[in-house]
Amino acid sequence: MEATPGGFLLVLILVAPVTGLLIGFAQGGRAAERIALWAAPLGVTMAMVLLAGVLHAQAPIVAFVGGWAPPLGLALRADGLAAAMLMTTAVIIAAITLFARADYTTLPGAPEARAPLAFWCFLLALWAALNAAFLGGDLFNLFVALEMLTFGALALACLDGRATQFKAELRYLLFALIGSVFYLLGTALLYGAYGTLDILLLSRTARSDAPTIVAASLMTVGLLGKMALFPLHLWLPAAHAGAPPAASALLSGLVVKASYVLLLRLWFWVMPAALLLAVAPILALLGAAAILFGSLVALRQARLKLLVAYSTVAQIGYLFLMFPLVAGSAAEVAERAWTGGALQAISHAFAKAAMFLAAGVIARGMGHDRIAGLHGAARVAPLSVLAFGLAGLSLMGIPPSGGFTAKWLLLQSALYAGQWWWALVIVAGGLLTGGYVFRVLSAAMRAPSPDFMPAAPVDARQERVALGLAIISVVLGLLPLAAFGLVLIGR
Amino acid sequence: MIYGLVASALVALGLYGLVTQPALLRKVLAFNLLGGGVFLLFGVVAARGGDPVPQALVITGIVVAFAATALALVLVLRLFQITGAATIAEDETRR
Repeated sequence: MEATPGGFLLVLILVAPVTGLLIGFAQGGRAAERIALWAAPLGVTMAMVLLAGVLHAQAPIVAFVGGWAPPLGLALRADGLAAAMLMTTAVIIAAITLFARADYTTLPGAPEARAPLAFWCFLLALWAALNAAFLGGDLFNLFVALEMLTFGALALACLDGRATQFKAELRYLLFALIGSVFYLLGTALLYGAYGTLDILLLSRTARSDAPTIVAASLMTVGLLGKMALFPLHLWLPAAHAGAPPAASALLSGLVVKASYVLLLRLWFWVMPAALLLAVAPILALLGAAAILFGSLVALRQARLKLLVAYSTVAQIGYLFLMFPLVAGSAAEVAERAWTGGALQAISHAFAKAAMFLAAGVIARGMGHDRIAGLHGAARVAPLSVLAFGLAGLSLMGIPPSGGFTAKWLLLQSALYAGQWWWALVIVAGGLLTGGYVFRVLSAAMRAPSPDFMPAAPVDARQERVALGLAIISVVLGLLPLAAFGLVLIGR
Repeated sequence: MIYGLVASALVALGLYGLVTQPALLRKVLAFNLLGGGVFLLFGVVAARGGDPVPQALVITGIVVAFAATALALVLVLRLFQITGAATIAEDETRR
């Protein structure tokens, strides 16, 4: 693999948020906010240019940092999957920047406060870490990116400073740290066996011997812990539901996807096919368990934010159904399953970000987030309830949403591959999802009692941001299927 | 060989501590023990081949582990200041 033209763009995408973060940190919260506002459109533009570049070349864009080629140097690679995830990240971060202005702005004349400074700086840090996690071509580099991601996400999630929040986020930190140590242990073994951690170089040499198997299992368990795949999901609901709305949206929508992309790189690039064939059904079985368990528990939640968090546990499960469908199938079926899995990651990112933002607005307007007491929410925050419903369509997999296309592709490939049992899980998960989304909507649509008073005014701008993200998650399903050929580039 | 065994022992001890110790400070210490074991393993790899890259990786790893420890300690400290207890165990048993 040679470095390709346009590689500077990859470096720029990494460096821009870090530069913004450093300047913002030095200049204070007001400046950091302004930088984030400028960075949002810039980031979307850079991601679009990169996406167009990858589509145009029909090949990954590669850069060697400092001009040093692997194994000595580090490679940055933007294949179709990375470009799609970078685009998703840029759009969602831009939306969250707009959303968070209502909560974390520093008014003219007001003294600088700590929360806005921390929020805007860590938002930029999180963005840089996500970009690094999608672009990294070296397993150790990806470890550093994941750690940056955890630290940034954790700081954002703790911003309110409540004791319950600290407890939930500390449990998250412990899970994440154990996960990263396992991952690091795996990379040590791989380096010992092969003398390189570059993903492409490893993919040419990896064997199915004992050290590789041990390393792969350690890294996989570590990443599954970070992604909260059932039964390692224990930390997720409290950590995601307890965070401020903007942070919840980032954690549930984007942060778990970074570990997912890394897991894909580990199994579909690095590891030999024979090993993948053995592991894929186990991963999908855990995924199926996550779908059923997460959806059932979400159905029984009394609180809106916890319901949305358990829905994340379930939706993460869908991502793993792709493994056995891609691994052992004919090229055409494998392509379908791969596209379905990637599209599920993207549409869930938009839908879940929209849902958490909407839930945050609803909870503020009502003064609580008990689902049984949501009567009148559709009057207090109509656009948010609409956003919640639209995002729900995508999670359920109702046409014409992005979630529908994703689940339809997975379902079709399950049938073509002769593994119909996964199709049953997809359908059952969709029905259960319909159940919990409907529960929230029916409570929110009900007329309130005559003496009902909203607890706080609702910010219309925040509502529109949530609705915008929900609409994107639906519109993804209207794009022609060929548009998703992007995620196959460089596979 | 001896270093490899010590590294495994450190990893095992650290993991055991992380899972069983209820006090958060001890969990953080256990995490550092675990990290030390992993870094030593990198050292074992480096000693075998005379290759400088694992040492560079270990330095980065130590920086990351240091940052993680600092962050965890700040959180534990704030939790202690608010609640007067530095443990997340009691609400696990309540559930």
